[in-house]
Amino acid sequence: MSKFKKKSESSQDIPTAALPDIIFMLLFFFMVTTVLRETEIKVKQDIPRAEQLVKLEKKKLVSYLYMGKPKDENLGSEPLVQANDAFLGIDGIVQWVNQEKSKLSEVERDQITISMKVDEETKMGIVVDVQTELRNANARKIMYATPQKTADDN
Amino acid sequence: MARNKNRDKQEVNAGSMADIAFLLLIFFLVTTQIATNKGLTLLLPPKQEDDEPLEIKQNQKNVFKIQVNSADRLLVEDDPLDDVTLIREMVYDFVLNFGSPSSEEKDGVSDASVLNSLPAEMRNYINANLRSDDSSDGPSKAIVSLKADRGSSYEIYIQILDELNAAYNRIYGERVGLSDEEFRKLNKSNPKEKALYEKGREGIPKAISIAEPSTGS
Repeated sequence: MSKFKKKSESSQDIPTAALPDIIFMLLFFFMVTTVLRETEIKVKQDIPRAEQLVKLEKKKLVSYLYMGKPKDENLGSEPLVQANDAFLGIDGIVQWVNQEKSKLSEVERDQITISMKVDEETKMGIVVDVQTELRNANARKIMYATPQKTADDN
Repeated sequence: MARNKNRDKQEVNAGSMADIAFLLLIFFLVTTQIATNKGLTLLLPPKQEDDEPLEIKQNQKNVFKIQVNSADRLLVEDDPLDDVTLIREMVYDFVLNFGSPSSEEKDGVSDASVLNSLPAEMRNYINANLRSDDSSDGPSKAIVSLKADRGSSYEIYIQILDELNAAYNRIYGERVGLSDEEFRKLNKSNPKEKALYEKGREGIPKAISIAEPSTGS
């Protein structure tokens, strides 16, 4: 009997002194991994999922193009191309690529990768036009950015 | 008086520290979008020169043709196909057909040496089921051509591209004894895994050609 008594005497509190430290650690993790959006996306972005994804190693070499219907209905329903913060005409792509290339160091310019985020309803016509321009601008490495297909999508 | 002050404890109340930290943590949890730099990569062909012939005639059996029309219907090797996921098997068989593997070397490897370097299991499968005269001569000659109409949707295009990549990754993976997923996740900054990656790809180029679409009219 005395055994049981002894147990109940001991304090049942969980020490919470280290709790702030743990929370701070998590906090710092999220603060470091967070990338605040620098561009506001003005086109619809429902990107189709795919399975066989490859991860890009060097983030610095990647420039982003967004394609889709504009969110602003006044701009019509034809898909548009957005780069950085503004809409871009097809004929402006070569210039944009050169601008992006000039941000990189000389040796890395050929390795520039264009990541395209394209809405699933977009027709291939505009995608092909953009690709032709990218070829003209000698930015041949492209990536179709897609989220990973999860099992419950099937 | 001074003594009295000294006796008081000068501690800051830290009890609410956890609450404050929680609040910040939740804010960052909600606003965080872990940047994803993942997707399907593709290398575009070089800029087209005007004096260049539009198309170098390839032997038709070495080209695996996939066409998509504006209603997202597929025509694979001139036959209609409803299920996109069947492309994976077809491309796998097409690339590994080894109809007449040449011993002509390109970058130090020939189709014949690639065939010999494959694991026995794959080789048995190829010898038993493939090696047809109507399909590709060897992996170095095999080209997958994807031609999507201007009016076809991006969604089906990505689905097909995904299947093509799956087929190639399966070939590369099986060659070095991995599954396609394991092969895809090889870390190229690790020399050991990079060697596996290169061994898998040696002599079997990922030849996916995106053909210029017809104008649709």
